[in-house]
Amino acid sequence: MYEFEFEKPSTVAEAVAALADEDAQALGGGQTLIPTLKQRLAMPSKLVSLTGIAQLKELSDNAGMLTIGGAVTHAEAAEAAAGPYPALADLASHIGDPAVRNRGTIGGSLANNDPAACYPAAALGSGATIVTSRREITADDYFRGLFETALEEGEIITAVRFPVPQKANYQKFEQPASRFALVGVFVAKYAAGVRVAVTGASEEGVFRWREAEAALDASFAPDALDGLSLDAGGMIGDLHGTKEYRAHLAAVVTRWAVAAAA
Amino acid sequence: MPKDQGIGASPKRREDVRFLTGAGNYTDDINVNGQAYVHFLRADVAHATINSIDTSAAETMPGVVKVFTGADFAEVGGIPCGWGVTDRHGNPQQEPRHPIIADGTIRHVGEIVAAVVADTLEQARDAAEAIELDLSDKPAVVNMAAALAEDAAKVHEDLTSNLCYDWVFGNPDDDAVQAAFDSAAHVTTLELVNNRLVANPMEPRVAIGEYTRGTDEYTLHTTSQNPHVIRLLMCAFVLGLPEHKVRVIAPDVGGGFGSKIFHYAEEAFCTFAAKACGRAVKWTSTRAEAFISDAHGRDHVTKIELALDADNNFTALRTNTMANMGAYLSTFSTSVPSYLHGTLMAGNYKTPIVQVNVKTVFTNTVPVDAYRGAGRPEATFQLERVIDKAARELGADPIALRRQNFITEFPYETPVALTYDTGDYVATMDKLEEVADIAGFAARRAESEKNGKLRGFGVNCYIEACGIAPSNIVGMLGARAGLYDAATVRVNATGTISVFVGAHSHGQGHETSFPQVVADMIGIDESMVDIVHGDTGRVPFGMGTYGSRSIAVCGSAMVRATEKIISKAKKIAAHLMEASDADIELKDGQFTVAGTDKSVAWGDVTLTAYVPHNYPLEELEPGLEETAFYDPANFTYPSGAYACEVEVDPDTGKVTIERFAAADDFGNIINPMIVDGQVHGGLGQGIGQALLENAAYDEDGQLLSASFMDYAMPRADDVPFYQVDHTCQTPCTHNPLGVKGCGEAGAIGSPPAVVNAVIDALQSGGKSVTHIDMPLSPARVWAAMNG
Repeated sequence: MYEFEFEKPSTVAEAVAALADEDAQALGGGQTLIPTLKQRLAMPSKLVSLTGIAQLKELSDNAGMLTIGGAVTHAEAAEAAAGPYPALADLASHIGDPAVRNRGTIGGSLANNDPAACYPAAALGSGATIVTSRREITADDYFRGLFETALEEGEIITAVRFPVPQKANYQKFEQPASRFALVGVFVAKYAAGVRVAVTGASEEGVFRWREAEAALDASFAPDALDGLSLDAGGMIGDLHGTKEYRAHLAAVVTRWAVAAAA
Repeated sequence: MPKDQGIGASPKRREDVRFLTGAGNYTDDINVNGQAYVHFLRADVAHATINSIDTSAAETMPGVVKVFTGADFAEVGGIPCGWGVTDRHGNPQQEPRHPIIADGTIRHVGEIVAAVVADTLEQARDAAEAIELDLSDKPAVVNMAAALAEDAAKVHEDLTSNLCYDWVFGNPDDDAVQAAFDSAAHVTTLELVNNRLVANPMEPRVAIGEYTRGTDEYTLHTTSQNPHVIRLLMCAFVLGLPEHKVRVIAPDVGGGFGSKIFHYAEEAFCTFAAKACGRAVKWTSTRAEAFISDAHGRDHVTKIELALDADNNFTALRTNTMANMGAYLSTFSTSVPSYLHGTLMAGNYKTPIVQVNVKTVFTNTVPVDAYRGAGRPEATFQLERVIDKAARELGADPIALRRQNFITEFPYETPVALTYDTGDYVATMDKLEEVADIAGFAARRAESEKNGKLRGFGVNCYIEACGIAPSNIVGMLGARAGLYDAATVRVNATGTISVFVGAHSHGQGHETSFPQVVADMIGIDESMVDIVHGDTGRVPFGMGTYGSRSIAVCGSAMVRATEKIISKAKKIAAHLMEASDADIELKDGQFTVAGTDKSVAWGDVTLTAYVPHNYPLEELEPGLEETAFYDPANFTYPSGAYACEVEVDPDTGKVTIERFAAADDFGNIINPMIVDGQVHGGLGQGIGQALLENAAYDEDGQLLSASFMDYAMPRADDVPFYQVDHTCQTPCTHNPLGVKGCGEAGAIGSPPAVVNAVIDALQSGGKSVTHIDMPLSPARVWAAMNG
C-alpha cells in the first residue's frame, strides 16, 4: 500500500473534521478498503478510523425500532438483533466468514454499497433510515447504483434505524467463489405492506421488486408469486451467471424467503 | 490387531507436528542477512510490442539497488522445455525462446517486463511504478481454434504458426481406423472441454538467490518439488553456471500439485541478480501474481468417438484434441497432452484400435503444464464420459458395459504402447458396488424426489501410468531427462539412520512413510530413522516428486540401499559371531546365526562399523553408508473404480455431492492412513475441477478469474465424507515393494464420475441433457436444463 496519515478520533465531530482533508477516507472495519489498499488500487492521503467513536458503537431497541450504530460489527449486530429482529440477525451472522464478521461494520457495508453485499438488502427491505453526520436518509433515497449512495464527501453513517417487521426473512444464493450473494432477497412484512429487496442481481445495485411486493400484499405466501418474473434486461451477466439466470434466481430466492418468513 | 509400526501400519504423520504448530520452515521463513527484495513489473496486456522501457526515473528512487529489463538477460539462455515431441510428419515441435524477462514482445498477462531490486519490497514497488513503458498492442490470440486458423495473428513471429506440434499416436492408419468406424454397429461421439485450472497451492512460490563472492558459489532457496531438476535446468540451460557451484534448497513446501515442478523465470532471476547486485535477492509471490505466473493446468478441447459392435464390444476409439500450451513451453508442457495422455487412452478396456491426435497450440495466455494427474485426467475424462454416453444411447447399464469390455488378462499390451503388468478391474468394480451401496440407491433417489431434488448416480474407472518413469523408454519418446531416483542410507554409530532421498515431500508424508520401510526392513523402531530431502547440497541426485513416483521409484532406491546396508551389516555380524555371513539372519534388530543361540544387536554392529577394533578391515571398509540409484523397468498402473451420487436442485441448477465412493488398487501400501489422505485430497481437487474451478480468459487475453473472488476453490463444505477403500491389491510386479503410487488417483478418477452422475440426475428428471462442460456451476446446469 501507499503511505497515508492515520487518525482515530473519538467523536463524530472530530471525524468529520479529519475527513475534511482532500483525499481523506473513512475506515470502518476495513474488509474492503484494506485489501484495496494492499493492491495499491486506492491512494487516500489519510485514513480516519471510525471504530474509536463510542456513539457509533451504540445499539438500541425501542418501540419496534432497532438502531444499530454505524461502527457496529456484523457479529455484534447479529447478537443485538437476535431478540428483536431475528431475520436481520440471521443475515448479519452469514456475511462473509468469522474474520469478516468480527471486523466489518454495518456503516462500512452500506457506505460501500457493493452490489452483491447483504446489508443493502436488509436496509432497503426494511425501509431503514440511514442516519449520518448531517441528516437522515430513507433507504429508498439512499441507494443510487453500483457502489453509489446518497452520501456526500465527508459524510459519515452514524447509525441505521430498522423498523421491526411482523415477519421477515433473508435468503441468498451464493456465488461459488466469493460466496457473496449471486442473488439475495430480503422480504419483510409490515402493517403498511410488504417490502422485497433484491441484491446481487442488478447492474443498478440493490432494488425493490414492486410486483412481488404487490402480490405479497394480497397474500403473503409463496404461491402469490406464481407467474411473476423479473426482466433479465438490466441484470448482471458474468462468469457466474447470465442475466437470465440471475432474473430466474431472484424469483426462486424470493419464494424461499417468503416461505421461510411465512 | 493392526501393526502400529512398519509397512502397513498407520502411524500419524510426524511432520504434521511442526506444520500445525507453526514450526515449519518454508522458503518465505528464510531471511538472508542483507537481502534485498525484488518486485516484478508484470504485463497487464496479453500481446504487445515493447517499443521502449525507460527505467531512469526508477533507478533514482529511494532504496533501489538495480533495475533489470530483458536486455540484461540477452546473454543467458531461455527457460528450457524438458521434452521434445516429434510430430506426425517426423518434425520436431516448434520451440520458441522463453526469456527470463520479456524480450521485445509481451506474450501473456503476467509476463515479467522489468524487475526492480530494492532495500524493501515497498520501495521496489514504488520504483516499478516509475518505469515508463511504450507499448504497441497486438491482437491477442486466445481461442485455440482461432489460433490455428490460416490468417491468425501469431504468438511468436519467428515460428511458422501457432501450432506447436500435430501428433498422432496409436494406430497411425487413418483409413484402417475409419474402416473400423464404418463397420461399427454403433458410434458414440462427444465433444467436450477439459477446463483450465490454476493449482493454487496454499503456499505461493518464493525464491531467494544468494551469491558468495569468496567461493563463487550460489544458493537458491525455492519452492520446488525437485531441486536437482531446477539446478540442472537453471545451470546448464539458462545461466551457464557450473552445477557444483550451485546449491538448490527446497525446504518445507506447502503443496505443489505439479505447479512447483517447473523451472520458473523468477528462480533464475534471483540467482542471477544475487551476483549482479552483490546482495541476496528475495521474491515472494502474491496470490495475485500466482494466478498469472504459475503454470496452469488442463485446457483441452476434444472430440472423441467410440465404435461398438452389435454386442456392445468396443471396437475402436478415435480422439482429436487441441491442447493449450499458453505463450511459452513450460518445463514438461509438451509431454502432458502427448505421452502422458495418449498412452492412457486405452483405459481399462480391451478396445483393439485406438487413435489419438493432439494439436498443441500457442496462445497469449499463461503457460500450461502438468497439474495433478497431468494428461491422465484428460484421457480418463473423455474416455469415461464417452462410455457413459454410449451406455445411455444403447440403453445399456453403464457398469455392465464397462465390465464387458474390461481387460482381464495381465500382462496386457495396449494399442497405445503401454504394458499393464497387473490389475484386477473386476475386483475393484465389485468392491465399488459394495462400498457405494448401489443396492440402496433407488431408495435414496426416491427420498430426494420427495424433497423436489433430482438424484443421480455416476460411475467411472481409471487407469494411470505412475512411478514415472523408465529412463530409456521416456528417452525414446522425447524426454530430455532421466527419471530414475536415488537414496543414500547413512547409518550412524549408535544405530540411528538418516536416509537422504531424491524425492521431495510437500504434503505427501514421506517423512513418516519412508522411515516405516527402512525400520521394517531392519526391525528397529521408526523413531531411529529420519529422511532428509530437498537440498542438492545434502541428497544424492534424484529427480523429485511428481507423477505418483516417490515410493515406487525413490522408495525402491531406498530399499536397494537398505539391502546393501543389511548385506554389509551381516558381514560385520558374522565376523563378531565368528560365523559365515550366509548363516546370518536379521530379525527385530537382532542378528542371529541360524541354528544357534548366538546373537548381536543392530547397535553393536553399527558401533563396530565406526569403531572397527574387532573388524575384518582387510576385507571390508569401515562405516555403514550406501547409495542406490533405481531406474524402474516399467511404469506402475494404479487403477480403480469411483462412484459419485449427486443431488441437483432443479430450481437453481445447484449440484450437491451426497456420496462419493472410491475403490482403488494401489498394489501394496506402506501407510494406509496417508493413502486415504492422498485419495481424499485428490478427490477434492477432482470435484473442484468438475463443479467449481475455471480459469477463464476473455477475448483480450485477460484472466477473468484472477483471484479467489472469481476462481472457486473447493472448500470443506463442497465435498462429502468419502468412502475410500484400497483393499483390492495387485502388487506391482517389477519394483521391490510391489507399490504403484496413489498421489494422483483421486484427481484423475473423480471428474467423470461427477459429470456422469449429474447427467444421470437430469435425465432422471426427464431432461434430455447429454453433456455439460466443466465446471458444472449452478448457472451452467440450469442453462442446460432450460436450454
